[in-house]
Amino acid sequence: MENQPVQTPAVPKLNEKLPVRKISLAAKAKRSFMRQRYLYLLLLPGLLYFLIYKYIPMLGLVLAFKDYNPFQGIVESPWVGFAHFEKIFSNSDVLQVIWNTLSLSFLQIVFAFPVPIILAIMLNEVRSQTFKRIVQSVIYLPHFLSWVVVVGITVIFLRSEGLINSMLMAAGLDSVPFLTNPAFFQPLIVLQVIWKEAGWGTIIFLAALSGINPQLYEAAIMDGAGRLKQIWYITLPALKSTILILLILRLGNVLDSGFEQIFLMLNPFNMDVGNVLDTFVYFKGIQQADYGFATAVGLFKGVVGLILVVTANKLAKRFGQEGLY
Amino acid sequence: MHHRSVPDRILEGFNMLALLLIGFVMIFPFLYIFTVSFSSLSDFLNNDFLLWPKQWVTDAYEYILSSNNFLRSLGVTVFITVAGTIVNLFFTATMAYALARPIAGQRFFILFVLFTILFSAGMIPTYLVVKATGLLNSIWSLIIPVAISPFYLIVMRQFFLNIPEELHDAALIDGANEGQVFWKIVLPLSKPALAAFGLFYAVMHWNNYFTGILYLNDPSLWPIQVVLRQIVVINEPNSALGSTAAMLESPPPPETIQMAAILLATLPILLVYPFLQKHFAKGVMLGSVKG
Repeated sequence: MENQPVQTPAVPKLNEKLPVRKISLAAKAKRSFMRQRYLYLLLLPGLLYFLIYKYIPMLGLVLAFKDYNPFQGIVESPWVGFAHFEKIFSNSDVLQVIWNTLSLSFLQIVFAFPVPIILAIMLNEVRSQTFKRIVQSVIYLPHFLSWVVVVGITVIFLRSEGLINSMLMAAGLDSVPFLTNPAFFQPLIVLQVIWKEAGWGTIIFLAALSGINPQLYEAAIMDGAGRLKQIWYITLPALKSTILILLILRLGNVLDSGFEQIFLMLNPFNMDVGNVLDTFVYFKGIQQADYGFATAVGLFKGVVGLILVVTANKLAKRFGQEGLY
Repeated sequence: MHHRSVPDRILEGFNMLALLLIGFVMIFPFLYIFTVSFSSLSDFLNNDFLLWPKQWVTDAYEYILSSNNFLRSLGVTVFITVAGTIVNLFFTATMAYALARPIAGQRFFILFVLFTILFSAGMIPTYLVVKATGLLNSIWSLIIPVAISPFYLIVMRQFFLNIPEELHDAALIDGANEGQVFWKIVLPLSKPALAAFGLFYAVMHWNNYFTGILYLNDPSLWPIQVVLRQIVVINEPNSALGSTAAMLESPPPPETIQMAAILLATLPILLVYPFLQKHFAKGVMLGSVKG
């Protein structure tokens, strides 16, 4: 596209100009296509993938405006306008689900988001490179485990006859129904996220810290600054822009709450507090085959999510950094 | 070495102690699960806090490994991981390369990819397309619909852009076409990137749980994570492992079976972990440094 030199044929008269240019453009396009045919061949598999599994489903979003009937198919099913969307805002279940999604995201931002920053600062204070490397390897590990394993470990430790409860009972205390009491659902989700991803999350902050000029610390030591003052006046300011960008981008994703994890942690006891938009769509759409309504909820989430992410990215760029795209 | 004040030394010691404690919290569940999986029932019941097996008992492992269901699901997962990663790398690398070359319409195609990161049709329409393309209840439903991660595609394109233009020019002048340049020059040069993204994709496939239950109704096609969930989370070790599991006089207790199953299903990741970690960290940095 850009590498094609623009030719301006010397055609004097206006009314002759148009047909001549058209022909030359078509010929040029053909020539350029023939020259790049192998590139298009390489492009083709990926292009087909995006078309079939990403863009055709977007056409399927019309389901959100239809009363889907499997016998009539998507095209023939009757239109219902915005009926499904009206249902979203009049249905107390959906409002509860939106609330669950937002509050879980909020808890994660308050409690899980700062942990990698603190860990990175702690690691940065370690002088022994060997010690630092070993700790890093150990705290990265949980990132590679599946959610089934993480939830499985949670169940093994917290069930009524699990390690924690046997220790509580050995200490003469009552056993605690961690897995079935809905009050524990959100804290457990946040703790799991911290355990699984906190170490991995340090990578980006450690990279930001490795860029600090060591002379800054030396100068601070000369001025008599202790460790805590160095952290407060040098390390933290160095992380400020990274923290801000990641926080803004995280805010753009408040409607995404980690589908597999939550799905695996849900049980009949915690469904009221644990059901989030993604799991709601699964239960409504796949299990109850209410395609139209489930698609509408999914579309609502997608559109709000798109607006949030684009806004977050704009904000991130305004703070002088590259955004997500 | 700088003079270090007493408060600073105390702070440093406290910091290292705290990091050791955090490291222990990360590793302890594995140690515990490992120990219990190799312990006898009486040792498990009589000690609330086992840190190492008193006597090594391998009943739970024998029981699991004699189960057809477990081995079959392990085989399914191995297949999905190997075939899926090959598909991922092929689709991602070809498209990333084409988009790294001066192809007409480049800007449009890149926006075409980027848009799918920002907005997706969601679960139900995607499910219907997977159904319409005949993949429902086929192992390929776990492979084809996730053939490309748009994010990795963009990062891989960035990697290809960094290959010196002179290499292309020389090969093209020697009469090679773009396809040959890709296969014979660019791919061999890109082994580190292919390894990093291959590992990303492989771990994704190995750990994949949800699309298994979404697209596969036939239990004989279930990947290991789905069976693992039944054994550990749903707490049905015996029914999930099937009646074919060893006819032992006294079958091992469900607890040790659950823990042995977790370790067996995680073993491949634990084995390649030292290798993984290095490449992964590099991949993350590659992804965060965009141009």
